[in-house]
Amino acid sequence: MKSPKSIDPAVLELLPKAALDGVETVWDRYEAQQPQCGFGSLGVCCRHCVQGPCRIDPFGNGPKTGICGASADVIVTRNLLRQVAGGAAAHVDHAYEAVEALELAAKGEINYNITDETKLQQIALGLGLEISGKSKAELALDVVEVAYADLAYHGNKPVQWLMVNAPKERIAVWKSLGILPRNPDREIREAMHQTTMGMDADPVNLVLATAKQGLVDGYSGLKLATDMQDILFGTPTPVVTEANLGVLKEHSVNLIVHGHVPLLSEKIVYWAKKLQAEAILAGAEAISVSGICCSGNEVLMRNGIPLATNFLAQELAIVTGAVDAMVVDVQCIMPSLAQVAACYHTEIITTMPIVKLPGATHLPFTLENADETAQEIVRKAITAYKRRNSKKVQIPNYKQKIVAGFSVEAIIGALSTVDAEQPLKPLIDNIVNGNILGVVATVGCNNAKVTQDYMHVELVKELVKNNVLVVATGCSAHALAKAGLMNSDGTEAYAGEGLKAVLSAIGQAAGLGAPLPPVLHMGSCVDNSRIGDLVTAIAAYLNVDSALLPVAASAPEPQHEKALSIGTWAVTMGLTTHLGVVPPVLGSKLVTELLTQGLSDVIGGKFYVETDPLKAAEGLLADIRAKRKKLGLS
Amino acid sequence: MRQILVRSDHCLGCKSCELACAVAHSTSKTLFEAIGELKLPQKRIFVESNGDHNFPFQCRQCLDAPCVHACMSGAMQFDLKTGLIQVDDQKCVGCMMCVMVCPFGVIAEIPATHRVAKCDRCQELDYDPACVSACPTKALEFVEVQEFAHSGRQTFLDQMKGVN
Repeated sequence: MKSPKSIDPAVLELLPKAALDGVETVWDRYEAQQPQCGFGSLGVCCRHCVQGPCRIDPFGNGPKTGICGASADVIVTRNLLRQVAGGAAAHVDHAYEAVEALELAAKGEINYNITDETKLQQIALGLGLEISGKSKAELALDVVEVAYADLAYHGNKPVQWLMVNAPKERIAVWKSLGILPRNPDREIREAMHQTTMGMDADPVNLVLATAKQGLVDGYSGLKLATDMQDILFGTPTPVVTEANLGVLKEHSVNLIVHGHVPLLSEKIVYWAKKLQAEAILAGAEAISVSGICCSGNEVLMRNGIPLATNFLAQELAIVTGAVDAMVVDVQCIMPSLAQVAACYHTEIITTMPIVKLPGATHLPFTLENADETAQEIVRKAITAYKRRNSKKVQIPNYKQKIVAGFSVEAIIGALSTVDAEQPLKPLIDNIVNGNILGVVATVGCNNAKVTQDYMHVELVKELVKNNVLVVATGCSAHALAKAGLMNSDGTEAYAGEGLKAVLSAIGQAAGLGAPLPPVLHMGSCVDNSRIGDLVTAIAAYLNVDSALLPVAASAPEPQHEKALSIGTWAVTMGLTTHLGVVPPVLGSKLVTELLTQGLSDVIGGKFYVETDPLKAAEGLLADIRAKRKKLGLS
Repeated sequence: MRQILVRSDHCLGCKSCELACAVAHSTSKTLFEAIGELKLPQKRIFVESNGDHNFPFQCRQCLDAPCVHACMSGAMQFDLKTGLIQVDDQKCVGCMMCVMVCPFGVIAEIPATHRVAKCDRCQELDYDPACVSACPTKALEFVEVQEFAHSGRQTFLDQMKGVN
């Protein structure tokens, strides 16, 4: 039996319209791809040299090695290492741009501010820099210098951003395994080298190299990017807004920001406000900016910009006929967007030199011309609005109120209203007394292989019912926002008694007049660093290894290489990391066992694959209970 | 009656049909579980290549079937109900005579039981043969012979265009 395409009512309403309008969607293309290649699904297809492609017969009748002699174990791990390195490369590249932006902002060469001086000082202190007597521009340049030093380092010392931010107990484990990364660019290069023809054929060594890429991702990608972006644009504080396609406005110019890096989307938000008068002159009531994927999350967290939808429904946003322009930066941009937009009046605007879509308008974005480009984009949206065909407009009337903006600083801020001296104490006390059973972070994507949002929502409902505090980022956060799990009503409806009591008490103390939501939105995919910071802070407060904490991670519907690299980092942090879609590794029994069992002996964490949300919840709850027991908690 | 027919010029040699065939004859019927079964399932389709041509071979269901004639135990028989040659697993003694006489080489040994297996057209399944469903280029078709022949004639006519 075919599973439904989505649980999102807006998606279900728009799919028939897409069919009627002759628009092919991701779900049509998914069906056209069925059945998908079994060799690829198992990870036993190798295309790393031109003697290939080679594949291993998983049923043992055919070839057991590739032409070069690589076994299934080697092929599977080589493929995995390349995928995880791909994810890490995306995040490090993202972070690099943010470092460049901070440098130019500090030098006064671009029109960006250093918004959060407190965070700048805190990061500088963490790096061991002298902060007294320095202007914020001078201090920013000192911080930038350290960041650049990691990325240009020639020696064998580990990445500084990791050494100052990671838990000490973890650093000792990683050191003993020989996986402390040096210059992140060098590590990614080395992973490409290690996996090319005639290189490493030891699956264990390759899995350890994969774990190292997880650390590259976590500290030189996620952590570095969030730190730079918080300094530039401010650390998020709680905001109230809405999520789902019902946030599009019939009589407004609708401009969607889609992608991952906030350098442009922040400017779009600014100029959309500034140029309201031009929109009104064009006959619209206003300009309304909303977001898809993590550019959406970034401007949501800092500016309260509403979320339009998540990854799988990016095409359907255009099918509403009400989106005047969609501006994209990097990552998770479906190449099909230009074809979909061709059926409507929507302008698809690409902005980055490494993301161009034939059929879209390309407006090159640089830090120097950011304001000009942002204005031009907003004006293109206004011009497109005039071409909008009202007969083609159908905005599904679905949206949910959400409370977001839970940076670690914001969470500590809320907790400090309960205990100003030791803000983490109320959280820890409630974990100890069992009101909160544990914490699960749900992260990552949608995947066309599974019903959109279903795994995210059903898994999380079961977790919060069992008094697990859930924090979320990325498209997982979108899914939970759309499902009403990020507002006070969600706490009443879904949270177990213990969790509800805690969320209500903090909500009251913080003066919200309502409970905190059962799921805390912590930001974009790079903001998984915030979850890492929270775990690190709790571990430090308790003076235990993070691997011992009743904390787990889950990517319920992973599709991107980035999800694999983030997941790998979570495993290196000692967390049990659930995947709701089977990754392409089953072709090697050895590697599968290593990832799901063997790793936990040496690194504390492991992958846990379960495609049924209720069973996955059961598995994660069992894992949390086992960790509580080890800590002597009931 | 529909037959499994092959457009060999479409075959890219990906062997997806082989995997799908093995999975269809597994206990679990899913790839991810089938590869872990104690008795690994046996495929009954074989993609062969001579460098110029790829061809997915499976039992052609010959009328004058040498495998049936050669079978001394009566395991290989015409099944009147389905009109197909099927192997009765209980009767097979593993002499491999059928393997020797099959002109297409499409009878396989099940190593675990030392008996033979061949294409059963997924008789126990309520869908098209698994190999056909799995073929990404539609090189394998499960069609009426006349329909296949008709499309062959149309293709010939298309090729004639511009000749005169």
